[in-house]
Amino acid sequence: MGIKVYGPAASTNVARVLVCLEEVGVEYELVPVDMPSGEHKRPEHLARNPFGQVPAFQDGDLMLSESRAIAKYILRKGGSQLLRECNLSESAMVDVWLEVEAAQFSSAMSPIIFQCFVIPVVMGGKPDMKVVEENLEKLKKALEVYEARLSKFKYLAGEFVSLADISHFPTAHYLLGSPHASAIDAYPHVKAWIADIMARPSVKKVRELMKMASA
Amino acid sequence: MAPVKVFGPARSTNVARVLVCLEEVGAEYEVVSEPRAPCQKLAAADDSILILQPFGQIPAFQDGDVVLFESRAIAKYVLRKYKSADADLLREGNLKEAAMVDVWTEVEAHQYNPAISPIVYECLVNPAMRGIPPNQKVVDESLEKLKKVLDVYEARLSKTKFLAGDFLSFADLNHFPYTYYFMATPHAAVFDSYPHVKAWWESIVSRPSCLPRRLDAKHRVGSSEKG
Repeated sequence: MGIKVYGPAASTNVARVLVCLEEVGVEYELVPVDMPSGEHKRPEHLARNPFGQVPAFQDGDLMLSESRAIAKYILRKGGSQLLRECNLSESAMVDVWLEVEAAQFSSAMSPIIFQCFVIPVVMGGKPDMKVVEENLEKLKKALEVYEARLSKFKYLAGEFVSLADISHFPTAHYLLGSPHASAIDAYPHVKAWIADIMARPSVKKVRELMKMASA
Repeated sequence: MAPVKVFGPARSTNVARVLVCLEEVGAEYEVVSEPRAPCQKLAAADDSILILQPFGQIPAFQDGDVVLFESRAIAKYVLRKYKSADADLLREGNLKEAAMVDVWTEVEAHQYNPAISPIVYECLVNPAMRGIPPNQKVVDESLEKLKKVLDVYEARLSKTKFLAGDFLSFADLNHFPYTYYFMATPHAAVFDSYPHVKAWWESIVSRPSCLPRRLDAKHRVGSSEKG
């Protein structure tokens, strides 16, 4: 039995896992989970992800959930340099900025993605602009810190690309596709850094999968 | 080896997260704190603090040239640096074990913490630090969420002694600070319905590393106060 990823590619958390598989170049099967019909809350999926979320991940008899944990497993197993675990201070910087990605960047972006993409496309409703505006403000405060960091270093953890950078791509993909993409224009180093990540072959491949999934 | 420095008051949950790990590995450390002073205030005394923590949060951490923030990242650095035969809390030498540690560390951050921390803030922090009474609606919603999370934990801990497997890990220790405070709220009895979770919690909170972290304002282990 090979590697299986359960969930739609359009999900930011699924995409985070897929890009790591692409980075290490292993074969995998993407198994759809029909979320609009509630498949992710049914017993078969709950056996894979007890919190009823996506992704779930299977490698042989190992079943994992939580995209950042799965990402690290894939990168370690594949011998990738994207974690820097052979170097104490470098791996610490990767961890720091991976935490920042979750706590500051994605936490502001998730409500924006929900309002601007999920509600109109999946639920046929209208975005709550108050929620969008509040979270754009939070995002901008985070981007100021990113701009300062990326003015000093090419990538977030230092002069080397790492999982900390690539982990941002799924939410950045949606930001670029939203009416608020121009928010990054005020942060030239952030803008250039996003462009650099988006140019990676692994990222391009997964962005195609994300677009197909949400078509 | 010079002691490492942790910036922020010991009773802050995220500072305590780091301190428990330092205690587990037996590292020498110094707590640089001032009661109730977030890093912005510390910055008034020492501008370098803001550079340490660009989001103005606590903790920040310094080990020689290495300057870190984000409590989970700091804790991992500590656990890697001081790893020994007795204290291998990340299991990075074993692919599957390390993955399970990571999974349950993420679960604490993304499932457990968002359910339990609003209860701590509403029932303890807001009344004590801001004179605001608990918002019962928030507490009730969070309790419902927490129970669903504890259902999953109970199922897991019925199969393994600790979260990542039959070994104590960083994943378990991460739960200490907020759960410790939760047990001081009127809702501690929620855990009584989850016997395996309760037993697991009792084994964590009775660890020597957790005892000095009783998070009392009076306790400062090796602290040096600035300004």
